[in-house]
Amino acid sequence: MSSAPILALENLTMRFGGIVAVNALSFSAQRKQITALIGPNGAGKTTVFNCITGFYKPTSGVIRLTHDDGTQYEMQKLKDFNISKQAKVARTFQNIRLFPGMTALENLMVAQHNALMRASGLTLLGLLGVPSWRTAEQSAIDNAVFWLKRVGLLDRADDAAGNLAYGDQRRLEIARAMCTGPALLCLDEPAAGLNARESAALSELLLSIRSDHGTSILLIEHDMSVVMEISDRIVVMDYGVKIAEGTPRDIRDDPKVIAAYLGTDEEEAAAVLEAEA
Amino acid sequence: MDYFAQQLINGLVLGSIYGLIAIGYTMVYGIVGMINFAHGDVFMIGGFIALISFLVLVSVGLTAVPVILLIVLLVSMAITALYGWTIERIAYRPLRHSFRLAPMLSAIGMSFVLTNFSQVSQGARVKPVPPIVTGGYTLHEGESGFVVQLSNIQIVVVITTIVLLGLFTWLVSRTRLGRDMRACEQDQTMAALLGVDVDRTISMTFVIGAALAAVAGMMYLLYYGLVDFFMGFVAGIKAFTAAVLGGIGSLPGAMLGGLAIGLIETFWSAYFSVEYKDVAAFSILIVVLIFMPTGLLGRPEVEKV
Amino acid sequence: MSASLPASSPPASNGSEPVGAGFILKKAVLSALVALGLFSLMVGVRTEAGQSGQLEYWTRFGELASLVGAVFVGSIVVELLRLWLGPRGGLGSFVPASVQSGLSVAGRYLAPALLIFTLLVPVIFYNQRYILDLGILVLTYVMLGWGLNVVVGLAGLLDLGYVAFYAVGAYSYGLLSTTFGLSFWICLPLAGILAAFWGVLLGFPVLRLRGDYLAIVTLAFGEIIRLVLINWQDVTGGPNGISGIPRPSLFGIPLTPGPDGLAAMLGIPFSPTHRIVFLFYLILALALLTNWVTIRLRRLPIGRAWEALREDEVACRALGINITTTKLTAFATGAMFGGFAGAFFATRQGFISPESFTFQESALVLAIVVLGGMGSQLGVALAALAMIGGFELFRSLEVYRMLVFGLAMVLVMIWRPRGIVGHRSPTVFLEKSKSISSDLVKEGHG
Repeated sequence: MSSAPILALENLTMRFGGIVAVNALSFSAQRKQITALIGPNGAGKTTVFNCITGFYKPTSGVIRLTHDDGTQYEMQKLKDFNISKQAKVARTFQNIRLFPGMTALENLMVAQHNALMRASGLTLLGLLGVPSWRTAEQSAIDNAVFWLKRVGLLDRADDAAGNLAYGDQRRLEIARAMCTGPALLCLDEPAAGLNARESAALSELLLSIRSDHGTSILLIEHDMSVVMEISDRIVVMDYGVKIAEGTPRDIRDDPKVIAAYLGTDEEEAAAVLEAEA
Repeated sequence: MDYFAQQLINGLVLGSIYGLIAIGYTMVYGIVGMINFAHGDVFMIGGFIALISFLVLVSVGLTAVPVILLIVLLVSMAITALYGWTIERIAYRPLRHSFRLAPMLSAIGMSFVLTNFSQVSQGARVKPVPPIVTGGYTLHEGESGFVVQLSNIQIVVVITTIVLLGLFTWLVSRTRLGRDMRACEQDQTMAALLGVDVDRTISMTFVIGAALAAVAGMMYLLYYGLVDFFMGFVAGIKAFTAAVLGGIGSLPGAMLGGLAIGLIETFWSAYFSVEYKDVAAFSILIVVLIFMPTGLLGRPEVEKV
Repeated sequence: MSASLPASSPPASNGSEPVGAGFILKKAVLSALVALGLFSLMVGVRTEAGQSGQLEYWTRFGELASLVGAVFVGSIVVELLRLWLGPRGGLGSFVPASVQSGLSVAGRYLAPALLIFTLLVPVIFYNQRYILDLGILVLTYVMLGWGLNVVVGLAGLLDLGYVAFYAVGAYSYGLLSTTFGLSFWICLPLAGILAAFWGVLLGFPVLRLRGDYLAIVTLAFGEIIRLVLINWQDVTGGPNGISGIPRPSLFGIPLTPGPDGLAAMLGIPFSPTHRIVFLFYLILALALLTNWVTIRLRRLPIGRAWEALREDEVACRALGINITTTKLTAFATGAMFGGFAGAFFATRQGFISPESFTFQESALVLAIVVLGGMGSQLGVALAALAMIGGFELFRSLEVYRMLVFGLAMVLVMIWRPRGIVGHRSPTVFLEKSKSISSDLVKEGHG
């Protein structure tokens, strides 16, 4: 297994016209760990995500991904779809992006597109219905069923994704991302809009994805209870730069972080911390 | 050089006509986000109404050309505007919040209705009119005997366009209606909450667009001396090209795009081949959309993830 | 566009306005006045170039009056219907939702029943040439509709220039057969391949475009192809087209009265109907092939990717789907079916000219797909039957035909914006296939 971090950002900068959304950001996410990216609204977190997952081409900088076997990808050079196909990075979206007119099962089948394309002999063998295609299709269905079960949506398999409740849609989106067989799972505010019970279930699910499936996770989250509970490391951003990095305990006590969140200066924040202590 | 200068004049005149039609496309697209496929046919109807009112006026004994032109202009603007209003009311308003394809097909259907309505009501044959505005100026006489001319009708077309454009710019930037229109363009829900009558504003957009198309139709009639029931289709596509070229949603852009298309078409016909002039116009549309989807003066569209 | 507006409800159909005799009358008078304005010059005055080329005109106030009167009466009738059909009113409630769900149930039996009936048409109507010809025409449009359905209905790419591929197929067969003497059965796949090739060629540059822009560019492509066909006289014969295109043979056996013809071989008297019946089954087979392939493709990863593309392109990219190839395969597949249909058209007519490939044809096929309910195979077949059949019914109206057709397009869109079959059936299921309401199904952006 490679000893390099699964994801390393080096001097990532993203400009939109005159606005610098992300400024020379460097951090890394460790293998089989949960790394949280936090920061106040507008700090540039989602921009970082969009750079990692190929929706934006960064203005400068390197995003390096290293698989377990040591294969490295410079993701800023990959085409958007290859980030999932080759580099094995899956993501979810802040505003859920399921295929609402397709069933939950179909959503998970689409996620296995590349494997199924190969199995269907680029459609030709599938059109003829050869047996090897049929077995491949069945195993894809089995995989989908596994994840549906895992997120507790097996009984909704044949319902349109657009008909599911909000919390169910969030979980289905995570299941869909997992169906691509990712090395790194990027989650953009997975707990947004969930109630306390659903948040707890989400924490449990993410911990299990990390431990049982060995998938590394990078998440953006505002729900601090979730972040503090499950993260191995936390990176804090404000105004496009990294202001702190460390374990949840380090971050909790960092005056800079509190200042960023409360909008006060550092000394005041330090005073707040002392008063609490 | 003389030949070039003459083509330049011809191209600018043709471009003015395209620009007037293009404004209708751009306004409607800006405010309701749909291509008004029937707009080219509204232009055609405008030409027909100008023709008929002209015939009637002449036959009742009016002889003063400026008076005739003014009345024809007002009549065709008024009646064509009514067409614009009716089309929106019948074919588009019921589908305003429907699926995207529905208004588009409804618009295509409306275009068929208008084309065939005028074929049925006025016959399929081309309608020629004798030159109404005659005369002109010789700008330059070349050694080879080629004469660069600026005809009075060309002056009329360009001046009418400029005056209307000025009027229209004032309307959009200075009046309450213009403000409402810009508000609806940004956010209809918010505009409605702030007391803008969205229905009325959209209706007025169609009315103004149709009135300008009527002017274009009348200018076309005066300039080419004929109208026919099928002229809306190709003119419509070219004007739409102009609107896109200028940057859809942008009013000066529509005029600029119109001039560009007029010039390109004229020069292509003059120097390359007349048969392929429409192919040239359509090719430009494709090239522009592929390489400059926001046009010359349009705002870039940012993809949100 | 914003989804719904509190302040701008549809006109007069929300039922909140007081509806009484006075209101209806007022509305009718207003409508009549508008009609008077609209038709005053266009109908009231008729122009025509006279003997000397000078334009003349005469008045038709009678027609004008009756038209305005008709609008007045029509307006009253429409208002009364609205009143009668309840507050939701409008044309939308002409067909209740139960019919729609009934259709989905009946669909299971309707499709096989329709198929059996279609197979029997040449037997039942053997002596009615007109019906057979009409059947061939309807089936041609069913096939075109199914072909375009791949692009518009499944992949959600709006194509207004579909007729271009129909033209490519027709001219491919026309030129290959008249120039090189190739037979129909060799040209048919070639026509499909050439059309698919053009589909990729035209599709490639427009992949980045979305929605209305894509629509207008495909329209321009369609027009360019038609204009080239008209102007490139050396190859295409220009406006005169290509004539003398060979008729198809039954795998080498010609359907002619000669001694080597099919009739002579079977020892039955020759009849020109044989060829018509043969053509009928030929297009039926081609259409069914289209249908079979489409249904198969929907259950394969490529078909699911098409539908996913229609639902959410961004999510597709995040799942590792190559948008470019996925869109191109949709374009190519749709174009290929168009090419097959074109080759059939050429062999059936024996003559082709650019006139057959106008924008109106593209609009007609698109209308069939949208009216059918995007993505629904059965819906498309029913829509083709209704549209082409209806179009034939109005044949006696002659010049009014396109007018009525245009009006029908507008009314149908207002009546059922999502088409006849307003639901989508899943491509795979665990327990039970539940049809998905079209309200959830997206229609694509590209």
